This record gives sequence, C-alpha cells and structure tokens, in this order.
Amino acid sequence: MKFTLSWLKDHLETSASLDEIVEALTRIGLEVENLENPAAKYAGFVVARVIEARQHPNADRLRVCIVDADGEPVQVVCGAPNARTGMKSVFSPVGTYIPGKKITLTKGTIRGVDSNGMLCSAAELELSEDHTGIIDLPADAPVGVPYATYAGLDDPVIEINLTPNRPDATAVSGIARDLAAAGLGTLKTKAPAPVAGKFDCPVKVRLDFAPADAHLCPAFALRLVRGVKNGPSPEWMQKRLRAIGLRPINALVDITNYVTFDRGRPLHVFDAAKVAGDLTVRRARKGEKVLALDGRLYELDDSAVVIADEKGVESIAGIMGGEHTGCDERTTDVLIESALWDPVNIAQSGRKLGIVTDARYRFERGVDPAFCIPGAELATEMVIELCGGEPSRLFVAGAPPKGTKLVDFPFSEVRRLTGLDIPKAEGEAILAKLGFAVLSDDKVEAPSWRPDIDGKADIVEQIVRIAGLDRVPPNPLERLEPSVAKPVLTLLQKRTRTAKRALAALGLREAVTWSFIAEPTAELFGGGNPALALANPIAADLSDMRPSLIPGLAAAAERNARRGFRDVALFEVGQIFLGTGERDQRVAAAALRRGLAKAEGAGRHWLGGGGAVDVFDAKADAFALLAALGVPTGGLQIVPGGARFLHPGRSARLQFGPQNVIGWFGQLHPDALEALDMEGPIAAFEIVLDALPAPKARSTKAKAKLERSEFMPVERDLAFVVEKSVPAADLVRAAQAAERNLVAAAQVFDVYEGQGVPPGRKSVAISVTLQPKDRTLTDAEIDAVIAKIVAEAARKTGAALRG
Amino acid sequence: MTDLLELESQTLAAIDGAGDEAALEAVRVGALGKKGVISALLASLGKMSPDERKIQGAAINGLKDKVSEALAARKAALKAKAREAQLAAEAVDVTLPARVSGLETGRIHPITQVTDELTAIFVDMGFSIAEGPDIESDDYNFTKLNFPPSHPARDMHDTFFFPPDASGERKLLRTHTSPVQVRTMLAQKPPIRVVCPGRTYRSDADQTHTPMFHQVEGLVIDRTANLGQLKWVLEEFCKAFFEVPHVAMRFRPSFFPFTSPSMEVDIQCRRSGGEIRFGEGEDWLEILGCGMVHANVLRNCGLDPDVWQGYAWGLGIDRIAMLKYGMPDLRDFFEADIRWLDHYGFRPLDLPTLAGGLSG
Repeated sequence: MKFTLSWLKDHLETSASLDEIVEALTRIGLEVENLENPAAKYAGFVVARVIEARQHPNADRLRVCIVDADGEPVQVVCGAPNARTGMKSVFSPVGTYIPGKKITLTKGTIRGVDSNGMLCSAAELELSEDHTGIIDLPADAPVGVPYATYAGLDDPVIEINLTPNRPDATAVSGIARDLAAAGLGTLKTKAPAPVAGKFDCPVKVRLDFAPADAHLCPAFALRLVRGVKNGPSPEWMQKRLRAIGLRPINALVDITNYVTFDRGRPLHVFDAAKVAGDLTVRRARKGEKVLALDGRLYELDDSAVVIADEKGVESIAGIMGGEHTGCDERTTDVLIESALWDPVNIAQSGRKLGIVTDARYRFERGVDPAFCIPGAELATEMVIELCGGEPSRLFVAGAPPKGTKLVDFPFSEVRRLTGLDIPKAEGEAILAKLGFAVLSDDKVEAPSWRPDIDGKADIVEQIVRIAGLDRVPPNPLERLEPSVAKPVLTLLQKRTRTAKRALAALGLREAVTWSFIAEPTAELFGGGNPALALANPIAADLSDMRPSLIPGLAAAAERNARRGFRDVALFEVGQIFLGTGERDQRVAAAALRRGLAKAEGAGRHWLGGGGAVDVFDAKADAFALLAALGVPTGGLQIVPGGARFLHPGRSARLQFGPQNVIGWFGQLHPDALEALDMEGPIAAFEIVLDALPAPKARSTKAKAKLERSEFMPVERDLAFVVEKSVPAADLVRAAQAAERNLVAAAQVFDVYEGQGVPPGRKSVAISVTLQPKDRTLTDAEIDAVIAKIVAEAARKTGAALRG
Repeated sequence: MTDLLELESQTLAAIDGAGDEAALEAVRVGALGKKGVISALLASLGKMSPDERKIQGAAINGLKDKVSEALAARKAALKAKAREAQLAAEAVDVTLPARVSGLETGRIHPITQVTDELTAIFVDMGFSIAEGPDIESDDYNFTKLNFPPSHPARDMHDTFFFPPDASGERKLLRTHTSPVQVRTMLAQKPPIRVVCPGRTYRSDADQTHTPMFHQVEGLVIDRTANLGQLKWVLEEFCKAFFEVPHVAMRFRPSFFPFTSPSMEVDIQCRRSGGEIRFGEGEDWLEILGCGMVHANVLRNCGLDPDVWQGYAWGLGIDRIAMLKYGMPDLRDFFEADIRWLDHYGFRPLDLPTLAGGLSG
C-alpha cells in the first residue's frame, strides 16, 4: 500500500514530522517498507531566469546565457534552440546529479567559453521524453525556489508492508485513522453526502443467484451520470496516482482508482452507450469469454462471478472490468458501480485467472460494506465536479450488511494476555478512536471496516499496538518444577545428534541437501512413487521427495568435482520419504566418498595407500557409525549384493534378519554413475536410524560385572585353502563355532590368490585366539582344539589347511 | 707374579680391544670360561700348599674380579654404542606428514551446530524438543492454525503441493514448523513447553530465499503465559544465542493467522562492512515472528481459550546462523561446496554446551 504525505494530510490534521509519522506507522503495525521522496532526485535544480542569452562567439548552435538563480549571475553555455533572454527555466549548478543523463555536472569550457552549470530539458529531469529544448516555465515562476517544490514534486511517497488482515488500511483514510488513534493528529475524513438524483437510473441490475449463492454479491449500487465530459483528470490527481505507481488514463477511470486508494473502495465505470439493456450479476457460464481492460481475453468457468448485459459478460466482478464497455474520451454517459463481493470467491477467481488488481486486493481482504453506498455517492460527487453531468438516482440491488460485530471483551483480558496494566479509560479511548463502540456489560462492537476482528484477543491487540508494545514489561518464565532440568531428547534425537558428530569425526563433511530430487534419480534409488512427486515443483530436478540421501550427496560431490575438488567425503543425516503418510518419513544417515577420499585419509600419501575408494571404506564408515551409536553388531548380517544402483559384487545389505534391514554399504553401480552423469568410483553407505534396535532397558545404571580370565590367551595362525566363492565370514564363523568356550576371537589377516594356490581357490589366513578360563592349556589340548576348528571349517566351507 | 701381572694387562687389553659383544664374549670365555686361563689358574690353587694358596689365591681372585669388572664395563659401553648406532639408523624425517585424523578434516554443518545451540538454550529453560513430518495435511498446516480457506493469508506462503490421493486429500510440504504446535497440543496436556526445529518449504528462490529452509517454533501453553513472558523468553534467548550481555529488541505489531496479538521482532545491531554486531548500533534487523496463540487455534486443538493461554514464536535457523556466523548468502547452505563447509563448518567435537559456552 502506497500513498503520499500530502494525501495522508487530506485525512489527518497533524503537526507531526515525516519522521514521526514513519516511526509511528511501524510502531502501530503498519510497517513502513519504503520511503521515497521524489524531491531527492531533483536536489540542486532551481527555478531560474535567463538574464541574457546571446550567440556563442565560436559556435552557431550554442548560446551563452547569463542565469539568475537567486545569487550571483552565472554563465552557462546552452545548446537549446529555445533559450532566450528573459525566459524562466530550470537551472542546475555545478555538482548537480542529472538523472536523465546519469552524470554529475562539472565546470566546463565549451568552445572557449566557460560554462558553470546547465539549463535543463524535461528529459534531463526524467519528467518526460522531451529533449527538444529547455523547460519553459511560466513568467511568474519564483526564481531561486527548488524546482521540486515549485512543481509540487516534494511529496514523499510512503509504502507500507500491509498485513492481509487489514483491509481498512488499504485506504489512506484508514491509515490516517490509525495514526490519529496513536496520537499523531486528528482525523478529518469527510463522510460523502448523498447526491440527489434527477431521474431514475435507466439501467437496472438483477442479482441472479441461487439462494445458496446469495453471499457472492450482497449489494450492487449503480448510477448513471449523463452528459459528462471525459478528459484528462486534474494535475493534482494525476500527480498522486503517478506517485503511487498508477498510470492516469482519463478522469472517469482515474476517479475510480483514486477512491480505491483514498477510501479502500474499489469502483467500476461503464460507458453507458456501450451497455446493452440491463445488467445481470451472476456466475459465469463455462466457456464464456471476456476481453478485459488489460487487453487479454479470459475464458471463465462457473466459479467466477460476472456482470453481464444483453450481449454477454462485461466485467469480471471485483477483479477487472471489460474492455468493451470501458470509458474513454468519447464517453458522455457513465454508469458508476459500487458493489460488494464475497472475499473467498474473489480470492479464488483472482488466483485462478491470474489477475492481480487493486480491486481484487481489497475485495479479497474484505471491503467495508457500510461504505458501499457512500462510495457510490463520493464517486458521483467527483464525477460531477470533474466531468460535469447530471446524476440519476442510485439503483441498489440487494442490501449491504451492517458489517459490525459484537465481541465479548472484559477489560481484564488486556492484563491476562499481555501482563500490561493499562488504565481502562486509556484503553477504551483507543478503541473509540479506532471506531470501536465500547458498550456496557463487557461488550465491544467492532466497526464494519474491521472484518479481521474475531475475538477478545483481537481487541487486546488493538489496545496494545496503539498504546505501544514497549510498555509491556518482560517477566520471567519460571521453571515448572524447582529441580535440575530433566533429559528431554528421544532416542532418535540422541542418535541423530551422535551420528552427525561421529561421522564428522571420521573426516566426513556434513552436507545439507534438498529434500526433493529429480524424478529419474528418485526412481533409480527406489523412489519415484507418483504420490511423492510435487504437483508444483520449483524446478524439474527438484520434483520428487527423496527416498535416499545418496542422490543429493552424489550431486554435491559432482558439483565439487566440477569446481576442481574431486576427492570429497560427505555425509548427511536427514529425512527420507517412503510415502506421504506421517509414519513414512525416516531419519537416515549416509556418507559418500568419491575418488581418493579414503577412510584413512584423502589423496596420495608418502606412506603409501592413496588408492581409489572402495566398498571397504564404506563398510568402515558404516561400522564406525554403528559402534558410535552403541548398536551391538553381533547379530548383524552382511548379505552380499544390494539394490540396483549398487555394484552387485561390491555391496551388501545390513540386516538383523530379513525383516529388519537397517541399510547397506557398497560402491555405486557403473550404470548408476552414468545415470547420475558422474565419474566414480563412489563408495557409500546409508543406514536408517529409526530401524536400529533400541538398547535393552535396564533397571540399573551399573555396568555388568567384568569377567577377566587369569590365564594367558593362546594365539594360533591357520591358513586355509577354500573355494573362491566362499565368504571369509563363513570360515570365521566356523572357527568360532568349533569350540565356543575357548575361541575368543578369530580374525582374517591375509587373503591370497595366485601362485601356490590352485585356480578357482583362495588362501584365507585367520588368527584364532583361545582364551582358557580355569587353567592353562596343555599343548595336547591346544592341538585338539585346532584340529576341531580345521574339521569344522572343512565341514562348513570345504576348506583345507594350506599345506 | 710377573705372569699374573702380564696376564692381567693382556686380558684387560683384550677386553678394551673387543669391538663388539661377540669379541668380548670370546675374551670372557678365554679368561673366565670353563677352559679359560684364569679359571685354570683358580683350578690350580687346589694343588698348592696352604701358604702358597693363601698368597696366590688372593692374587688370582683379585685378577678375576678385575677382569669381571672390566668385562661388565666394556659390555655396557658396547651396548650403549650399539644402541646409539641403532638409533642413528632408525632416524626418520619427522617433518614428513602423518596420516590426517578425521577429527581434523570432518565438519559439522552450521545448521546442525545452530540447532544444537538452540537446543542447549531452550532445554535449559525447560523446553522439550518436538518434531513433526515434513509432508503435512492442509488441515494441520493451515486450517487448524486459523488460516481460513482461500484467505489471502495463505498466499503469504508459496506452498508446494502433492497430487490429491484416492480420498481427494491434497497433502503439502509444511510451509512453517507451526503444524508441530498443533500436533503437540493435540497429543499432550498443558502445561506445554516445546521447541520444534525442522525443515520447511516454500516455492521461492533468490539470494535470501531457498525452496527449503529451517525454522524453529516455540510454544508455551499454561494458565498464565502472557506477552510479557514471551518478551522475556525471547530476550533471554537472544542474549544466550548471540552470546552478548545485552540486546535491544523491538516488538512491532504484525499479523499471523494463528496468533493474536501478533508481533514481529527486530533486534538492534550495528552493520559495518560484512559484519553485524548485536547489542549496539542504530539498525534494526527483523529476526522472528511471534504472538499469543489464537483462541481459534486453542479451540481447534481441544483447549478452552478461557482456561488455557499461551504464546508461540517462529524463527529461521538458517537466518540466525547467517547473522551469528556471518555467512552472506543463504543459497550456500545447500550447495555443499567443501570450501564453504571447511570454512563455515564446525569441528566434530565442538558440541555446544551452556557450561562450556555455545561457540567455545
């Protein structure tokens, strides 16, 4: 909402300065978003008289002018053909910024003659396109007065960031009312007087609605003014309209725009000569078309309300008029419409048609119903004043509702909701100034222009915003119980926090990537459910809710690679989406390593290593995370292979049984890399934190008793030869199973294929630790256990000791 | 005796001359071994007369002791020399780089860090952490929060929608964390004190808007919660969060459908260059919206507005992260540029605590 200071002062008698007004507006909830003084642009330009204009001695087309700008006469060289002795024009001294030329004037010498400033054209001041000559001011223009003041441009434009609950402040008069209530002056808005009609309005209006639709147009007032002379509106009106960004059209149209801003009362004018028969207000029929005033053809359906004559739709109700019946210079008879429309319907139709107008802006917020008829009277008065003509009586179809609302309001509510002790008299005075009627028995009547007032809290809001929120004293929030703060985080919240710190400690950098990804990528990673595709994505590659964190991390790695950082290690802990239900959202933790960003350090190193990332980097990260989260991995199964975006021979699923998959680790499939348009290798893992088992509930914080054997553990190395396809884990499990009471650990320390091992087989060396509990083992006992392990390995995996 | 003296000088010379432990051992065996010269002399004592034995015995044993001592000393010297040689041989260039620990290279994203900071502050003030789904119903995101259908207030949020499901319901991506207020009030009885951090979405993109961002919602419901208390909570929060002894805040009347009275809050600051300092200066910077929970919202959540009252606020986590830590562009938060993460990210163990200070 924009208005000018002088416009505001039409409604507000005030001695407050601009700064005070601006400060007060923000303080009472009409936040000033922008303050612009057009005069600032014309700083330096003054009205001046050309004392003498004589021919330049060295140039035919130039004149040397001696200028009086209320000081020492100044000499300037001027190229304008109309420069002449005695004329009044606009002068800018050296140092002035010329907006039309985007330069700051300096002292110059033109063909040997000094020039100390400039006489200006309208184009140089950006007042018009006219650059044929310097501005020719009337002879009575006062020399030395700033041009902006003389031309009436010194009128600051205030723009407020209006919240959608305040239709009353879409009017300059409404803003003035708020300021007056805040003590910045006296409201002096005049109520329009009824205009006495000379004849009946020849055009009748019929509200053609089913009873259930009656709310779509509660009232429609229409009046004919005949014999008008339409032309440009007066300069003062044009200036104000231009200042707030509107283009003056002609007096009749400008009046409607003016009243829209002045009183928040949108109006429409029809050229009566172009209207055929009576008007009908009704729902549009599907497929009906109307050429609107913006020059565009709109196709309507029955959700919109229209005003039609015998030929068809002439106006989209409350949103935009039709081109066909628009008023122009030839208009002699004008129909003035002041109607009420349903806010919800206007909002929906406006959104559907994509039309944003000052009328829609007001009607969808709720126009004052009580001003429907006065608005028509005000418009009539202005039409007669500016265009002449003879008014008809007002034809009113329907009847405007009263619009006031009775609200229960015990004054104690102010203190209850805010803690502010404000004197009752002061609070009630504020309400009265805002147009609220304070009734007896704790009731308040909200005025018709405040449809936003709903309950007593809204009344409290009016009082505190005008009285000043700074008067509300802060008071401490006491603890609910006088005790040390209790832990509040859930298991998942704790695990999420720990997961982030743990993954960062592994040298991974935390990324936060979009929750939505491209549809093909979502599909590749197990998503692509149409229910999870946005109906209105902001971009094609941000269309589907992510089923996995990996696509976002992969894209991030690729962006880094394209900037020259190829070896990156990233992680994210965040939401993934399996469906649109509220239980279909999970928290996943995922990490991705690319290029040489191995777990033991990125890039080449003089100590060796420095190879490309592989499945074991991903596995290391995954297991480090599980360890950090305290998830026991004894029962965790590593099932080779995985989803189709994973390398089938270099990936695995992590599960506590087939029904309890917690995630995966592995290298991405080359096809997946191709689909993602990136170079590998990429090693990654993803674990769903919600799927992890909760720790066992325990009745005590004390840890279980530590059992330590007094006897030395014995370690033996065993090298087996086994089919290549046999997982090493099977061999380890066999070793552990052979003698559970003694085998404390079994670990693979070497895997070898090649010379000395038959083709198709591999050598797997494991180190077995035997831990006796009650006595030292004899050599014979150790040999017996080892024999048992070898036998078990042979039975379970077909392994043989390497000879 | 001359023989003994000669033997002594010869043996001691041999000990001195032994270049390594093996040579020294040969000398020891030659002198004190089973068949050693001195051992032989000692063995010959038995064949001597008692008088002769007395004299010779003392002399030979004296020789043995001297030689044993010399052997031990030489052995120690040789060991020291060998150790020295070993150490010299083992010397490496210690300026070569070691393997880098993850603790050095890992980074925590500022959003996580700031969320942990918020949590530390609000948990200390007695709040719990509540969460809700990103994919919300229109009812929880708008209707229960007193956004009337088709009201222009809904246009303040550029909402992402999903296609309607079989029942015709059209879900959306929550445009604010306020639906978690509704979920909390529906799920638990007052008194309520929760903060709700999370991801939010609006279809908007420029330097200060991204289609996804982070908010934290706060909600207090009891029988006495009022605007003055809200002011106190927010002022205490801002002081603790920005880690300054004093902040000046300006509460401006505003509008949100789910609060009344509603306010926007500006914080006083000084901007110079790219830096912002709080608690001083002439500028005001908007940081959050808040208000008393609207009676309709309380009613929609099953609470009687004449019995229960409360306040709520919402602020942008990314925004306050930018203000506190000086990142100039919101879009960088979601770009995962490792140079940005390395620079603006936090070390893995920089866990914010009130005891140790939020930012260390």
